[in-house]
Amino acid sequence: MKKLRIQHLLGLEGVSREDIGLILDTADGFHGILQRDIKVVPTLRGKTVVNLFYESSTRTRISFELAEKRLSASPLNFSASTSSVNKGESLRDTIQNIEAMKIDMVVARHGCAGAPYFLTQCTDAVIVNAGDGLHEHPTQALLDMMTIRRKLGRLEGLKVAIIGDIFHSRVARSNAWGMKTMGMNVTLCGPPTLLPQHVDSLGVPVTDNFDEALDGADVVMLLRVQLERQSSAVFPSVHEYRERYGFDLERLSRMKKDVVIMHPGPINRGVELASNVADSENSVILDQVTNGVAVRMAVLYLLGGGE
Amino acid sequence: MIKKGSGSVMYPVTNGTPRPLVITSGRLIDPTLGIDGTRTIILDNGVVKSITDSPYSLGIDDADVIDASGLWVTPGLVDMHVHLREPGREDKETIATGTQAAAAGGFTAVACMPNTNPVLDEDSKIRYVVQRGESCPCRIYPIGAITKALEGEELAPVGEMVASGAVAVSDDGKPVAKANVMRNALNYSKSFGIPVICHSEEPSLSAKGHMNEGLVSTRLGVRGIPVIAEDIAVSRDILLAEYTGARIHIAHVSTAGSVRLVREAKRRGVKVTAESCPHYFTLTDEDIGLYDTNKKMNPPLRTAADREAVIAGLADGTIDAIASDHAPHVPEEKDVEFDNAAFGVIGMETSLGLVLTVLVRKGILTPMQMVERMSAAPNRILGLAGGSLKAGSPADVTVINPNVKWTVDPAAFFSKARNSAFIGMELTGAAAVTILGGRVVYRRD
Repeated sequence: MKKLRIQHLLGLEGVSREDIGLILDTADGFHGILQRDIKVVPTLRGKTVVNLFYESSTRTRISFELAEKRLSASPLNFSASTSSVNKGESLRDTIQNIEAMKIDMVVARHGCAGAPYFLTQCTDAVIVNAGDGLHEHPTQALLDMMTIRRKLGRLEGLKVAIIGDIFHSRVARSNAWGMKTMGMNVTLCGPPTLLPQHVDSLGVPVTDNFDEALDGADVVMLLRVQLERQSSAVFPSVHEYRERYGFDLERLSRMKKDVVIMHPGPINRGVELASNVADSENSVILDQVTNGVAVRMAVLYLLGGGE
Repeated sequence: MIKKGSGSVMYPVTNGTPRPLVITSGRLIDPTLGIDGTRTIILDNGVVKSITDSPYSLGIDDADVIDASGLWVTPGLVDMHVHLREPGREDKETIATGTQAAAAGGFTAVACMPNTNPVLDEDSKIRYVVQRGESCPCRIYPIGAITKALEGEELAPVGEMVASGAVAVSDDGKPVAKANVMRNALNYSKSFGIPVICHSEEPSLSAKGHMNEGLVSTRLGVRGIPVIAEDIAVSRDILLAEYTGARIHIAHVSTAGSVRLVREAKRRGVKVTAESCPHYFTLTDEDIGLYDTNKKMNPPLRTAADREAVIAGLADGTIDAIASDHAPHVPEEKDVEFDNAAFGVIGMETSLGLVLTVLVRKGILTPMQMVERMSAAPNRILGLAGGSLKAGSPADVTVINPNVKWTVDPAAFFSKARNSAFIGMELTGAAAVTILGGRVVYRRD
């Protein structure tokens, strides 16, 4: 069996092309298994995986839990609100208590950037980052790349436009790192108030010009806009956002015929993405959800040392 | 007597008049006297008796002698910005442990910030700190709050606090957010001849931030504190000082913008002084690495360009003083997620070593300038009696070994806290003997 160079999946920054390729190839294999009547394989039988969620999540947690069950691992769910040391138990104490019950892997989502790395300093268990603060959400970017590769047959050389609230998006960060490593050309786009002040550090072009970002794109990924951000004077109105950065049929008509439309969900229909585009032939939004289970199976399998 | 690793000894401070002390053959460096050369200094009855060119202590019988060959002899160093945590958080630090850390760092005086619990915002609380500081191995000068409970609304009784021993006022740790409150504080403080020490930060820009906003914070996904949060507030405080004619001191300068603003203000004749800290001239936000909470403080570590600007400001005197902003915390406040970690690093026991290693050995500061930034300037800014070895001055002396190599080891700290940003760093130079009122309080072999 081929092995990953990484021991934990904390992010895609610094992860090699070979490792990403191996995860995507393995995920393709699991995708085949998921088409069968019996979707369960025994590869992680006897392993306990803790889903440690300090932030609410529905689809990511369900996706990981399904992946764990289909690998015959035993999932254990732990949910808590992000708490400081003054309220409740520290993260170190929490993970060391859980570890004392003999667990193998931890899937962690946390509101603080770097919390998954911190966990690697507290426990011997394998850590998989399911989203940390504004930092990374690596399995989302892996499922995005898997979806693009299955749809267009390759990654190298493709042009990807990621549109929306880049500043608050760990999905955009993970995709920027991973896609760049895989030879894709990523452009990040959004209103200047939703771009990081120093976005150069992600090593990909950034623009506030929607049409420039879309020009020649093979893939368009819309990000969810948090409507409550209007109150922090970040953008003036939903109407103005839709006019400037909403992706609708008119914009779709100017794209390549086989352009791939993606969204990590949940969608604000009629804001960043028009309903008829979300439901169009070009949309792969539900494929992303399906592939999410396969990618998470691949990550858990490869990091968990399954047979 | 307390011993620590590498031959450090802290002596108890006893009552009564110490025996005369002669420090001979050392390189005496005192910018207030314009001396940088081999001298013998005689301390007697708690004050400096005389300085002579002769190598031996003529005329004094029954004196202790320190042979300072190869060592530097300077007026006692002053750390004008520390947090001693007493009263209220004696689990982090006490006046007793904090002053031991100061003495071990070569300091004979420290000025402590009022953000204790309760806040030092009344004369009785100032007196409490002054009394607790008696019989400690380092002099303590409390700084009173600008506003009651540091709430930024009502002025604390500046006059009564000064009468009880406060040497300045500051809401350090928090900015005075309202410009009109700061204006009144500056105007009011003029009557007492004390500086207002500004923690200059625009809170609406720094809120929710945990490190410098820049390339590194973007990569790490940590919310940033932009340089303009400091620059705008420094600019405001300078303009208020200019308008009122009051004297301000800008604490913990960390940005290139602040250095430029202070430099320009001084040129215009504004009564402004400034300090920066060893972490700002030694480290940058890159040093945070993978979320190292011991590198988290406010203001945060900035970029290499800011670090260079701070160094240039120290070299040309724009930044008058070096202070540690010693901020002790208990381990459980740092052994957490980066966002949840407390702001602050300790520094009294590494300050001198860093100045010698990073600034003096590299030729950025002369030894004379170092003594100016670490002794003469803070004494002058706070109006203290020390900072000079002229006859009749308090016999507070720091003897420095500029060549001793050592590695920063938290186990050897006299401070209760371990949250140093410099653990494992190799430094050259340290305090060899600290003398308070003519009495040896600390010695390192």
